[in-house]
Amino acid sequence: MTDNDTTIVASPVRTAKDFASDQEPKWCPGCGDHAILQQLKNVMPELDVAPENVVFISGIGCSSRLPYYMATYGVHGIHGRALPMATGLKVSRPELSVWVATGDGDALSIGGNHFIHTLRRNPDLNVVLFNNEIYGLTKGQYSPTSKIGLRTITSPAGVIDQPFNTAALTIGSGGSFFARAFDRDGKYLRSVLKRAALHKGTSLVEIYQNCPIFNNSAFEAFATPDSKADNTVYLEQGKPLVFGKEKNKGIRLDGFTPVVVDLDKEGLSTSDLWVHNEADINKASILARFADNHAQSEEILPRPFGIFYAEERVTYEDALTAQIRDAQKNGCATLEELLKGESSYVIK
Amino acid sequence: MTDTKKTTRQVNITSKTSVSVLFAGDSGDGMQLTGTQFANTVAVRGSELNTFPNFPSEIRAPAGTIAGVSGFQLQFSSKPVYTPGARFDVMVAMNSAALKANLKDLHRGGIIIAGTEGFDEKNLKLAGYAEGANPLEDGTLDNYIVFPVPVLQFTREALKESGLSSKEVDRCKNMFVLGLLYWLYTLPLEGTIETLQTKFEKNIQLAEANIKAMKAGYFFGDETELFANLGRFDIAPQKQHGTYRRVTGNEACAIALTAASKKAGLDLFLGSYPITPATEILQTLAKKKKYGVKTFQAEDEIAGIVSSIGAAYGGALAATNTSGPGLALKTEALGLAVILEVPLVIINVQRGGPSTGLPTKPEQSDLLMAMYGRHGEAPMPVIAARSPVDCFYTTYEAARIAVEHMTPVICLSDGYLALSSEPWLVESPDNLAAITPRFQPARKPEDPPYLPYKRDDRLVRSWAIPGTKGLEHRIGGLEKQNETGNVSHDPENHELMTKLRAEKIARIADTIPLQSIDNGPEKGDLLVLGWGSSYGAIKTAVEQALEEGYSVAHTHLRYIHPFPKNLEAILGNYKKVLIPEMNSGQLIHLIRDAFLIAPVGYSKVQGVPFNEMEILAKITDLIKEI
Repeated sequence: MTDNDTTIVASPVRTAKDFASDQEPKWCPGCGDHAILQQLKNVMPELDVAPENVVFISGIGCSSRLPYYMATYGVHGIHGRALPMATGLKVSRPELSVWVATGDGDALSIGGNHFIHTLRRNPDLNVVLFNNEIYGLTKGQYSPTSKIGLRTITSPAGVIDQPFNTAALTIGSGGSFFARAFDRDGKYLRSVLKRAALHKGTSLVEIYQNCPIFNNSAFEAFATPDSKADNTVYLEQGKPLVFGKEKNKGIRLDGFTPVVVDLDKEGLSTSDLWVHNEADINKASILARFADNHAQSEEILPRPFGIFYAEERVTYEDALTAQIRDAQKNGCATLEELLKGESSYVIK
Repeated sequence: MTDTKKTTRQVNITSKTSVSVLFAGDSGDGMQLTGTQFANTVAVRGSELNTFPNFPSEIRAPAGTIAGVSGFQLQFSSKPVYTPGARFDVMVAMNSAALKANLKDLHRGGIIIAGTEGFDEKNLKLAGYAEGANPLEDGTLDNYIVFPVPVLQFTREALKESGLSSKEVDRCKNMFVLGLLYWLYTLPLEGTIETLQTKFEKNIQLAEANIKAMKAGYFFGDETELFANLGRFDIAPQKQHGTYRRVTGNEACAIALTAASKKAGLDLFLGSYPITPATEILQTLAKKKKYGVKTFQAEDEIAGIVSSIGAAYGGALAATNTSGPGLALKTEALGLAVILEVPLVIINVQRGGPSTGLPTKPEQSDLLMAMYGRHGEAPMPVIAARSPVDCFYTTYEAARIAVEHMTPVICLSDGYLALSSEPWLVESPDNLAAITPRFQPARKPEDPPYLPYKRDDRLVRSWAIPGTKGLEHRIGGLEKQNETGNVSHDPENHELMTKLRAEKIARIADTIPLQSIDNGPEKGDLLVLGWGSSYGAIKTAVEQALEEGYSVAHTHLRYIHPFPKNLEAILGNYKKVLIPEMNSGQLIHLIRDAFLIAPVGYSKVQGVPFNEMEILAKITDLIKEI
């Protein structure tokens, strides 16, 4: 650096520790939230953003305690309202890196209206949705993502509400980015969070998060070494959809219908398979439906993880800023002009 | 203009001090435009003026019915006027429904200009008149001076060569009436001609037709024998020299927020959801982009206020505007703003309630909600505007208190102020109070830790906005530990914080002006204590009572929470205190509670403002009892 006369001030090398606040997390031992918090702290140094320019906004619920544990700015708001608060902040301060920590109840039940409207407006927010398919903080009631039949203290005979499909809801609301990750798959989660942070627009990351107390093992099929390979497919841009312990299964599109094929048995090669394309909203819509467990193919479809959809679209705050800049092309109007107005008259 | 001088014969011109006029017709008759044009003309000429539109909540209620009547009332005068007039002197009734709906508020002996086509069989039936009955012919109006004018016929004749469709021609009939009223009150046409030329810039044919219809109305007055006995009137303009503009209450609120942001050096952010009668504030601010104003039309009332809280956290002058049902939806977020201690202006334009209530009608029934309508103990300042122009000063003051005391502030207006207008002597930037945000400066690593809830001697915390190095901190709706702001469930701490939040608001009384007597003696028989839009009616009534020799005074509250420090002393200087309110008695609760006195309440809950005659009668009755 001192080889020549130019002094380069390097941005300080930060570590995850620089993003950890002095508050001890108060989540239950074994809660998936710990792992998500860790990956958020891990990813921050990779984003080249100073802690003072980062804000975490949350609503209410276990996940919404997250801002207290980040050494950034943060507001722990009211139930369901993190998204409008984040939008207001981002619109007034576009240069900040604004994150939202929310849960399935917070974002999809009480905050459902804000969820769909924020997505269609597309402010540049990074939304981390902790989906544990249960209400944790209020002790175990079913949530809008709980599976049909789940027995909880408020559904003793089993849930009868059709659950929300977060991916389909995001895409249907005009969201510009959807990804799914898993609390226990730390490295992968971190890579997804990084992509979400770099996406300009509202990035929605649904994280399957285990609640060991009230809904333990809800996502076990995607977690254990035995079942994981056959029940999950990891999406990679430009790569065919291949999965299975032996990497011998694939997804082929038969018209609009995804079909699971056995590469060994059917004499097919990976070139016959569905190739993932993040920019294709139609394919993303089909991927979103993999989770519904009523696939038209005979075999159960694997659960996709990764980036389903990413669309470059103007952000809300950029569009508004452009309008203001246009209105001010002849300069910012003065207080005097404001008070005088455009239809004043003089009495002589 | 030269055209209007070709008077064919001499008509008497009588001088008058004040006139109250009502333009009334069907919603589709263009009465709002007619009234607005008339108001602009008298304002620009230098008259004192107060206007009030009155229209149904439906966009197009069934034509010809009472429900569809739209009115625009104005009073213009050679002396200051504070109301559109308790009764009107002149009524333009474009149809029978307009006459029926408004006749009770016309002075006996008042003038009616009736568009006869609106009194045909069909219209009479739609207005609910019995078969065969026609008020223009059956003696109903014997106590009034009635001028039946075939407005539509004359308009059609005037525009028969205009080339416009018959529908377009018929829509010009309001301009005929306007021209006739200009003649009657010896007013110039130029202002309206200019306005029409600008308004229909892209359709010159339409502009010319409207102008022609207006002139036809003017000349009709000149040429007909109809007004020979009545003559014409002149209300001499008396306004002081200066530059004026006419504002409605809603416009004034919007201008005030923008002005406060400029004065404070902050960006303005308004998060809002459309609701009658508050929407014009959002509409007006949406057009203020050249001042850097950011408006956000949210998906609902809750997102409106919460987005504003987000902007306030980020260092903006943040505001939200609403009416009663919207304020109800915002209450949880108000509590959040209280505990976060961020500046926020909430403008509540009150309307008749509960529930959807009377969306287009004013009421003062949200005062107790503004004071107490939150869960937990969540005190915040409450201030109220008294007139359209005062909406500017009160909203500006709300912004000052919010920013300098780091608190949400509720600013109360109502549907009457929102839409009423009056001339405003253009304010100079230098006359506006300074607004000084207390931003926390960046902190060096070696400095002591930042304490978000450390307070100054006014108990105000500092504003530490994201982007400031070294101040990273987390706050939220959970109870905080004193000074650190960390989550705390400690019993003593909660009690302390509750008291601190209340005391912080109470200490605002140290920075606001003392209450003054608006009119009347410092001591006497009766004090009329008002708040909000009843100012004009009380002011006029007390002026009248004083002229009649009564010992009465008027004081009007802007600051309702906290009260000005000398209010108790003022109330003690009179034998009786009268509190008129457009509710069942809400301020009276607060006054009794604060000062343990027994004022006399006077309620009106009709969705209609008080008029000066009602208040005057109450004043004289009460004083006679003493």
